[in-house]
Amino acid sequence: MAPSNNRRPGFSRRAQYGVFATYVFAVAGALVGAILLALSYFDPNTFGAARTAIAEVSAPVSSALAFVGRSVGSVPGGLGSYVGVRDQNVALRKQIADERAITMRARAINYENRRLKALLALRERVGVPVTTARLVSSSAASTRRFATLNAGAWQGVEHGQPVLGPEGLIGQVLESGPNTARVLLLTDPESSVPVRRTRDGLPALAQGRGDGLVDIRSVSNAAATFAPGEVFVTSGAGGVYPPNIPVARVLRRGRDIVLAETAIRPSTLDFALVQRAYLPAPAPAPTPTPVPTAKVKKP
Amino acid sequence: MRSPRRRGPFDEAPDSSIGRLLPALSVMTGSCVTIWPTIASFPFLPPVGLLMLLAWRLMRREALPVWAPLALGLFDDLLSGQPFGLGITTWTLCFFMIDLIDERLVFRDFWQNWLIAAGGTAFYLICGRLVAVPFGTHVDTVLLLQVLTSVLLFPVISLLCAWLDRDYEPA
Repeated sequence: MAPSNNRRPGFSRRAQYGVFATYVFAVAGALVGAILLALSYFDPNTFGAARTAIAEVSAPVSSALAFVGRSVGSVPGGLGSYVGVRDQNVALRKQIADERAITMRARAINYENRRLKALLALRERVGVPVTTARLVSSSAASTRRFATLNAGAWQGVEHGQPVLGPEGLIGQVLESGPNTARVLLLTDPESSVPVRRTRDGLPALAQGRGDGLVDIRSVSNAAATFAPGEVFVTSGAGGVYPPNIPVARVLRRGRDIVLAETAIRPSTLDFALVQRAYLPAPAPAPTPTPVPTAKVKKP
Repeated sequence: MRSPRRRGPFDEAPDSSIGRLLPALSVMTGSCVTIWPTIASFPFLPPVGLLMLLAWRLMRREALPVWAPLALGLFDDLLSGQPFGLGITTWTLCFFMIDLIDERLVFRDFWQNWLIAAGGTAFYLICGRLVAVPFGTHVDTVLLLQVLTSVLLFPVISLLCAWLDRDYEPA
């Protein structure tokens, strides 16, 4: 059947003008859309309020779906562990016995470490936890790597705070609504985390690639070589991420820029811990007062 | 078929306010697939909202008004994680392109619909890639896979739209 090409709705002038007006409206709307696109190209966080408003509605739905998925998914594992619990018990007892020596040594080292630090009068900052919540959904249809966190400003989550998983770094809070927040994952192309090698402290940057992996870029002047299996942890430089959190593991041998996989593959099954920014951004300088005995700002 | 008694030729048409909203509602539902609880490490979900929109437009021209992609694209932008304004612009441009193609083509069968939808989807995804991430990032292979899955999903989405549209009666 030939499609009825009814762009012209009969002889009524009024109807014809009506069709014309819808086209004018559509073209104008497309132009406005292009302007909005240009705005968000130069400042990707514009219209964050509208996005978080939608996320406030969608996050509970995602969260409920994830809960159902977890409940159903845990049934086979529960049955399996019920059957295998005896063998597992034996294996775990053996493992505890094997690792007792290591634990003792670690305790001794920990104690010694604390004493040495006390001797050095080293002031140490600790990451202050803000809240624990689950990641509920992500931008699976876009080339950017965002995730939605099920906690927001009411729980104390703010822009710039680091998000940690059980095995390593997940990312950074980008924008927060009342009950949800958007998290920039490590693998996002715009994400860049200062790291250092665990073996010798070689400084580097972990830059997201967008395909689930990260690039480790050496930032030292000397030519750096990387071997597969080397682990990189956050260095604490920049003041956002607390130091010594696992970030990535090198996959291939290379120089200067190598491919690495992230230490943690975030999923909706795990909890994510939001911490206070390691060194919070300095408060805006107060207006100078003429009092001569100004307090020395503590580091 | 659905009513117990077949409607006679002079009986009044049933109320179809839901029928009028059905295309828009189904496109918005398609946009909502991104709230599925999974943490993706690469883009694997096709833009289901856009596929729905194209399927409706190619199946029945008057299903959606010319300005519908503005509103539906805005809704999709808020959910998809793409830069704001991408859906508004590219979805409307897709509608204009289909209008132009309709001027030239007298007949369109499903293969041509599929080809047009493939072009529209690829246009949307590639525009999104160019705007959202810097040029040197390594997303092109996964983007290609995403385009491919989207194109392969279009017949299913078309079937779904045709099934949703089964009660439609032309005036």
